[in-house]
Amino acid sequence: MGVGIEVSNLNAWYGSNHTLQDINLNIPANHATALIGPSGCGKSTFVRCINRMHETNPIARVSGTVRIGELDIYHDATPVEIRRRVGMVFQRPNPFPTMSIYDNVAAGLKLNGYSNRRALDDVVERSLKDSALWDEVKDDLKKKSGASLSGGQQQRLCIARALAVDPEVLLMDEPASALDPVSTSKIEDLIFELKTQYTIVIVTHNMQQAARVAEKTGFFLNGRMVEFDSTHKIFTNPSDKRTEDYITGRFG
Amino acid sequence: MGRGNSAVADRGFQWLMVLCALSIFGIVVLIVTELILRSQLSWHAFGFKFFFSSFVDPDTKQTVYWDPVNGHFSALPFIYGTLVSSFLALLLAVPLAVGVAVFLTEMCPRGLRGPLAFLSELLAAIPSVIYGLWAMYVLVPILREHINPLLSQFLGWTGLFANENPTGLGFVAAGIILAVMILPIISSLTREVMSAVPNSQREAALALGATRWEMIRMGVLRNARIGIVGAIILGLGRALGETMAVTMVIGNSPEIHRSLLSNGTSMSAVIANEYAEAVSDLHLSALTEIGLALFILTIIVNALARLLVWVVTRGAPAQVLH
Repeated sequence: MGVGIEVSNLNAWYGSNHTLQDINLNIPANHATALIGPSGCGKSTFVRCINRMHETNPIARVSGTVRIGELDIYHDATPVEIRRRVGMVFQRPNPFPTMSIYDNVAAGLKLNGYSNRRALDDVVERSLKDSALWDEVKDDLKKKSGASLSGGQQQRLCIARALAVDPEVLLMDEPASALDPVSTSKIEDLIFELKTQYTIVIVTHNMQQAARVAEKTGFFLNGRMVEFDSTHKIFTNPSDKRTEDYITGRFG
Repeated sequence: MGRGNSAVADRGFQWLMVLCALSIFGIVVLIVTELILRSQLSWHAFGFKFFFSSFVDPDTKQTVYWDPVNGHFSALPFIYGTLVSSFLALLLAVPLAVGVAVFLTEMCPRGLRGPLAFLSELLAAIPSVIYGLWAMYVLVPILREHINPLLSQFLGWTGLFANENPTGLGFVAAGIILAVMILPIISSLTREVMSAVPNSQREAALALGATRWEMIRMGVLRNARIGIVGAIILGLGRALGETMAVTMVIGNSPEIHRSLLSNGTSMSAVIANEYAEAVSDLHLSALTEIGLALFILTIIVNALARLLVWVVTRGAPAQVLH
């Protein structure tokens, strides 16, 4: 089951560039939360702070507190431990091209030391079913490579790969922006299904997408979080003038 | 000068460039023809048996492979020596080269990356005879006094390290010096194919909770493996053809022994040693045929390696961590 995320006074830098400034918000468990805002507003940096991917860049720095459930991820855990509890799906599908479909899904489990074949088979099947890819690939699980699938299928494979380790949180950084409309709508349906089991944070450029899949929406601008509220309120009656300007298309 | 003249000059220039390009092809054809023509005598005398036969000396009853005075010629000990010393070199150089490449692309602080890569490639610029001299005066004495006795004491039971050779020369010395010489090419090409692995692969592994080593294994080495094999084969190509340093330390005796500590010889070493003072036309022809075999072997190995590296790096611009 998913857990909530509590962010307080989060600041992040790339070199001297202060990309996130004093972010405070509570992301509810087992819901989808969308983060919107113009390019470069810090929303991607924000999700990368939740699984400590931000710090893989040698010039990046971060301060503040992020709690996932009870765990203070910057003080009580290592990045590796955090990333095993927080799955991530990237903008461009990035399956491992030299691995079969099966091995792609099992990759995270193998890192965790799983080797029981039957258990692996079960998890691979469940993850592919959860990501709505099972029916399309079940006949060539070990024959085809992850790179042989279409873009949309690759992205669902990446979702399956993230789900296989049974994370509490699933971060999605513009998961559909490189996909065609049909694949996009499949991913959105999937998010709808998955949020009953996982806490989902989705970064998106597409405001209709945010409106369709998320209960909560946060609007980022210039490294600050301008407004965080129910999606309905953000899109119909935002409190901040800048949010209103953005969602009505006056800038960004 | 009128425009007409410049059109003529342009065409002349074009032909000149075509000629330059064709000359490379021409040189290769000339070399091959010459090697084939000059090895005819040996080819007619021994045929394919040249590559695997042996003779028994009527007086000493010992197996002889190469006896120019009595007209016995077999390429077997040279092929054996070339292969053994080259594979020994790979065995030593590959782990080290891949380690250097992993360190330089994945772990090294960015400021140090350039200078260290430059230094490791500088090894390739040292003339081969200098490596040979270093091996003779430094490496061989160390092997003779310290390493070889230890190897034969602890690994002698395998038969691969029987120490019947008091000189310190031999396959091990040749393998070590070859390893140093092919290290730069293997590590720089490995570095190239590793940098061609997109960063998204590293992120994919990290996001799954991979440690740094797991990320390198799963996200980088696995994707670069075909290119790394190409780099290794290219190193093999260098090792097969390397002459000077090997000639200086391999011992130059045309025999086949199981022990890696014994003296041996190689295809290029025998040509370098004997060509100038060949005792007969047949001797000269046999040496040329060894040269032809070496030429064909290295061409095939190099072509294979280039193909593999090309397959991996084509269309993938080098990407570094943003």
